[in-house]
Amino acid sequence: MDIFLRYLQVFVVGGLVCFIGQILINKTKMTSARILVLFLTLGVVLEAVGAFRYIKEFGSSGITVPIVGFGANLAKGAIDGAKYGIIPAVVGGMQKAAGGLTAAIVFGFIFSVVSKSKTKRM
Amino acid sequence: MIEKTEYQKYVNKTVPRTQELKTLLTAFISGGIICMIGEGILDLYTYTLPMLGQEEIATLTTITLIFIGGFLTAVGLYDKLGRHCGAGTIIPITGFANSIVSPAIEFNREGVFQGVMSKMFDIAGPVIVSGVTMSAIIGIIFYLIEVFA
Repeated sequence: MDIFLRYLQVFVVGGLVCFIGQILINKTKMTSARILVLFLTLGVVLEAVGAFRYIKEFGSSGITVPIVGFGANLAKGAIDGAKYGIIPAVVGGMQKAAGGLTAAIVFGFIFSVVSKSKTKRM
Repeated sequence: MIEKTEYQKYVNKTVPRTQELKTLLTAFISGGIICMIGEGILDLYTYTLPMLGQEEIATLTTITLIFIGGFLTAVGLYDKLGRHCGAGTIIPITGFANSIVSPAIEFNREGVFQGVMSKMFDIAGPVIVSGVTMSAIIGIIFYLIEVFA
């Protein structure tokens, strides 16, 4: 029952984040780049003010899987690094987000090279 | 009998609203499901790879989701889903992978350098630049707080 409730919380929190995003798309006709940047910024802000931790406790992957979690990760790396000096503070975000960034670039590159573009096939 | 123009007005008044409600619902459901899949992967790794720390498990989950998003884009499924799901497929990290692979595939006929390598960042570029810049600024602010407080 516990696990069922947790997955329900994940579903609701993750769904709500995307629901808000869809409202923005419908109302403002934002492009996906702007939507992504906006939600990334939201994550950075939530982490900086310390609110992200509480949402994560409740929603788990519901908030970490959306790009909000990526922004929070970037901010957390920087905040953690700030305890050790100015250099760790500046590079900390990249360090913390390195896994996701590397995966996105490497997998993105491989998948794009091996698959043919649709217009070429005509 | 209703005039043609009047009917068109009526259609315009009713169609977008139901359409809008539908997009909100599909965004909610698809976004929720993708996050639940993420939670499932997280659980799977937590039970099968007990030697890894919490942070490594989280990173591995993100990497897996990016792989899935990229793969589904490469086989053409993700963009099809995206037409129905809107923000539900854009905002999760799989959508970030999609935003990298999708333009890169579209332009890969222009070659590896001018096509794939540069077009990869058409959408992801602003995301990475703003994210890294913000994290550097946050880092400096928190460092100054640490020093002066």
